[in-house]
Amino acid sequence: MWKGIAESLQIAVLASALGIALALPFGLLGARNLMPPWVSWPARLVVVSARSFHPVVVAIVFVKAVGFGALAGILALTVASIGFIGKLFTEAIEEISANQVEAVRATGAPFASILAFGVLPQVFSRFIGFATYQLDSNLRNSTMVGIVGAGGIGGTLFAAFQRFDYDFVSAILISIIALIMAGEVLAAAVRRIFIENATLGQLFRPGTPASHERHLEDD
Amino acid sequence: MASIAPPLPSRLAWQRFTAAQRLARFAVYVVLVAAIAASLRSVEIIPEFLYDAPEQMVDLFSRMWPVAWAHYPKGVHAALLETIHIASLGTLLALMLAVPVGILAAHRLVPSTTVNWLARLVLVASRSVNSLVWALIFVGIFGPGPLAGALAIAFRSVGFVGKLVGEALDEAQPGPIEALRATGAPWLSVLGFGYWPQVKPAFWSIALFRWDINVRESAVLGLVGAGGIGMALDAALNLFQWDRVALILAAMFAVVIAAEIVVTQVRKRVL
Repeated sequence: MWKGIAESLQIAVLASALGIALALPFGLLGARNLMPPWVSWPARLVVVSARSFHPVVVAIVFVKAVGFGALAGILALTVASIGFIGKLFTEAIEEISANQVEAVRATGAPFASILAFGVLPQVFSRFIGFATYQLDSNLRNSTMVGIVGAGGIGGTLFAAFQRFDYDFVSAILISIIALIMAGEVLAAAVRRIFIENATLGQLFRPGTPASHERHLEDD
Repeated sequence: MASIAPPLPSRLAWQRFTAAQRLARFAVYVVLVAAIAASLRSVEIIPEFLYDAPEQMVDLFSRMWPVAWAHYPKGVHAALLETIHIASLGTLLALMLAVPVGILAAHRLVPSTTVNWLARLVLVASRSVNSLVWALIFVGIFGPGPLAGALAIAFRSVGFVGKLVGEALDEAQPGPIEALRATGAPWLSVLGFGYWPQVKPAFWSIALFRWDINVRESAVLGLVGAGGIGMALDAALNLFQWDRVALILAAMFAVVIAAEIVVTQVRKRVL
């Protein structure tokens, strides 16, 4: 069982890293306020089609393509991450204020600098939010793609269900829930460090209100 | 522009973050890189399977083509409708269950920390269990069929909807509520006339969002026997009828796109 859980973790980490890395260019290309329509529409189409299938369905196709095992799960969750992060990233970029972009452009900066100094700082904190959320969601789904043979604890879980081995099922379920809760705590810590500029010491000190995020949204 | 100012000594230079804040960020990067490296080193990928992936893909698509459109009226249409029914009924049930729990989780409405924590525990438990696992459990209880699917969708959605409703309630402006309280209005009236108008847009938008997600999720519940198009998919997969698999995937795609169009239109017109 521990092997299955470790494999689920590996799938979640690798799929998030790969998926987020791939989602950034697609999300950027899909933003209609930065890109001409002939670029943004194909990028949006890629993102929409990546999002339209449940990861488990995508995993079925990848199990056929690359065989049983963790790789199919990683690829399936990568596709899911591209769909989700790509969409949210596009929306975040479309909501930025044009003033800062124009200011950078007015200095004669090339396009890459406009992106790096005018666009990305405005969406960075929201991006951290999406990324931690996606890691969380990949962790949940990585425990499930095993049902169709794509690696992780899901296969063990499904087999135990079919054997009516319910005490083992509840052991697996409790482990999964503990894993997901640990993931949530970790994601919250990352959000506090990057969005609220918390230090490591402050993370362990309770009582500081999390009102900062709301304040950010009001701006 | 004759001379450029010399760089400031580092002690005076403006720095965006304090040393402790930078240390915290650095720690996150280190953990991230370590996690990726550890996963890459230990993940089990069977290279033989990887080498023939292109062949397998070609094989897959050649088996999927031509798509078995003729099978649609007989084997897919009813299952597709059942999927939509599971998603809609599950969402409705979830809304009914989530509102009371969400109210109990909102500290300003129910000022008892114990009750808040209990309600939050229910919400977290509901969200932590994947809808496929809920489906496995309900298939075990009620046997295979759409009932298990609808309940699985409902139980998975309670956590999501309840959490967002609770947050919306906690964020409501205190002005109208205090005004109502000052008139001596009972608790239900405060809820109905103070909170509800403020959270109404958020509530409907959460409901639509969740319905959209549920349409997607209910499509796979059939893989574990909980009704809907997933059961047709499972049957076709087990018999290696890839042309039917292609048809079912196309049908799922169409339904998801249709649901998304419905949601955006409703959002534009109503909210």
